[in-house]
Amino acid sequence: MPSESGALVARHVLEFPGGYTRTTGPVIGRFLTELRAGRIVGVRTAEGTVLVPPLEYDPATGDAVTSEYVEVGPAGTVTASAWVHEPRPGHPLDRPFAWATIKLDGADTSLVHAVDAGNPKALAPGTRVWPVWRQARDGQITDISHFAPEVTKIVSQVRAEYRLQAGGALGVFLEGVGRGVFIGGSCATCGQVYVPLRGSCPECGTVITEQVELPDTGTITTFAINNLPDPRAPEVPFVSAYILLDGSDSPLIALVGGVPAHEVRQGMRVRAEWIPREEWTPSMANVRWFAPTGEPDVEL
Amino acid sequence: MNRCAVIGVGQTHYTTKRRDVSIAGLVREAALRALDDAGLTFKDINAVVIGKAPDLFEGVMMPESYLADALGAAGKPMMRVHTAGSVGGSTALVGAGLIQGGVHDRVLVVAFEKQSESNATWALTTHPPFSSSLVVGAGGYFAPHIREYMRRTGAPGHIGTLVAVKDRLNALKNPYAHLRIPGIDRAMVESTPMLWEPIRYLETCPSSDGACAIVLSSEDKVTGTPAWVHGAAMRSEPMSRARRDTVSPQAGKDCAADVYRQAGITDPRRQIDVAEVYVPFSWYEPMWLENLGFTAEGEGWKVTESGATALDGDIPWNASGGVLSSNPIGASGLIRFAEAALQVRGMAGEHQVDGARLALGHAYGGGAQFFAMWIVGREKP
Repeated sequence: MPSESGALVARHVLEFPGGYTRTTGPVIGRFLTELRAGRIVGVRTAEGTVLVPPLEYDPATGDAVTSEYVEVGPAGTVTASAWVHEPRPGHPLDRPFAWATIKLDGADTSLVHAVDAGNPKALAPGTRVWPVWRQARDGQITDISHFAPEVTKIVSQVRAEYRLQAGGALGVFLEGVGRGVFIGGSCATCGQVYVPLRGSCPECGTVITEQVELPDTGTITTFAINNLPDPRAPEVPFVSAYILLDGSDSPLIALVGGVPAHEVRQGMRVRAEWIPREEWTPSMANVRWFAPTGEPDVEL
Repeated sequence: MNRCAVIGVGQTHYTTKRRDVSIAGLVREAALRALDDAGLTFKDINAVVIGKAPDLFEGVMMPESYLADALGAAGKPMMRVHTAGSVGGSTALVGAGLIQGGVHDRVLVVAFEKQSESNATWALTTHPPFSSSLVVGAGGYFAPHIREYMRRTGAPGHIGTLVAVKDRLNALKNPYAHLRIPGIDRAMVESTPMLWEPIRYLETCPSSDGACAIVLSSEDKVTGTPAWVHGAAMRSEPMSRARRDTVSPQAGKDCAADVYRQAGITDPRRQIDVAEVYVPFSWYEPMWLENLGFTAEGEGWKVTESGATALDGDIPWNASGGVLSSNPIGASGLIRFAEAALQVRGMAGEHQVDGARLALGHAYGGGAQFFAMWIVGREKP
């Protein structure tokens, strides 16, 4: 064998080619045969207790066990556990898990096996666990892949996908934004001006037919300083503000930028900051944010 | 209009996660407690009305059809009500309407939310395309209106913390309350971070799992201790109305005027003994004190500051701890209505307001565009 790092250290592997055989004897053989069939059995001792896994000789008395096999479990109760934060190559699971002693229902002794509990808090003495079986079984304790806590919740992947088409008034508004103007509507009955353009007036129900082109300047009427991140804002804190465009009676809610959050004021004059013209699409993404104009504040 | 009474109230303990029950198990727990309070069983119920907030919260579409079995509704009329956060109140009023209109003699009203199944801020912030709005959750929506209230009235910044403390102190007397914070005080509230300035973490409501149920009865079928409905009103208004007053919405004023007229109330602060009002962010107490006419415009914060709304004040608000202490959203409005009933029945336990004869239950929802209110009393109207 080549030495490692030039030091007098060498790797030496002893592995019987093909692996050792283990003759099971009748008791362990029955246990493993039942496992292959997807059942767990214990053996009854002369004193009447049920050993799981079965042993050939009762550790309490040294007597041979009886030939009575008792189906136990499949569920059981954890009596103790040790959490494995970093599984090693030979471990039964490749994610953090617990080694646990599990007293299967109907058994008088505990079985050691792995429990896939997700996190250590999910496992305590008394936790009920069930075996998770391997599909292909060949008569080994690993025919039980691991145990797992009872199912108490499922994850439901609900997904609805829509195809949204901006038609009507919204389409007209976005088309306007696509060429750098805000299009609102004026109600012929009550005279209120809405931006974005709406099909009808929320105040009086009148169909809005008169379109109005509004400037990209306005006044912040009020705002929130948001400390929770949002994908639509570049950073936290960010300011979401009610902005009354000049000539409008209904505020837009939009991002304010170009000014530290705590310097934003109610009554502050702002102007839309447009992204470069060559990047424009029919979308509000054309407006990066509203930034202060530097004019004196408006009295609200 | 026929008389209507609340004869049973049932609540679950409100908590962050009810891991041990399904949604069906949760609503049934509240329903059975309400029936038990009334000394009745499902057999005695003619119709079931259920309310909850948006389906997107749990991702269960039309939960009313799934929950019919759990609520003993087989073979009976069952309907679902939805008016966002005010839904619990609206659900009670739809149930009361079935009694007052003479359609049924006994109606079971249930409302719930199992917020732990998803995240309400996610569900309220779904980023639809083409939108020019930038709102993050309910707090992001309401924070600017609170700021505007502060500007208009000149209210000092600590008023919100006073309500946050007062309601949590009340919660310590309510075994069903979710947030029970021993030693809660202004310093603790002020030490928590701003989420949506001017709203601090402890100035907001929690996310709760829970259900509330009430049994409503016609006069002839009353069992046990009744709380009589003296007035019931709902109003809504368009959120996008131009020049809308988002600090003190017209729909709230109109709804209050209607319910007071029915109950013969001309001076709510003097005539009403206790109020359970939907205050999910602490600043909404002074805002609603004005909107509901308990004081003049601009004076709400002074009423709060004076201690008048505390359990030992002249007009206790949210003796139960309110939405600030328990918020299974869909149920939160019904809890207000149920707590008002418990008070006039004299069954509110440690947070009972002595001698309460007339109580207001209030809920609001959406962008403060839906309102539901009732006045319940110890005596028949």
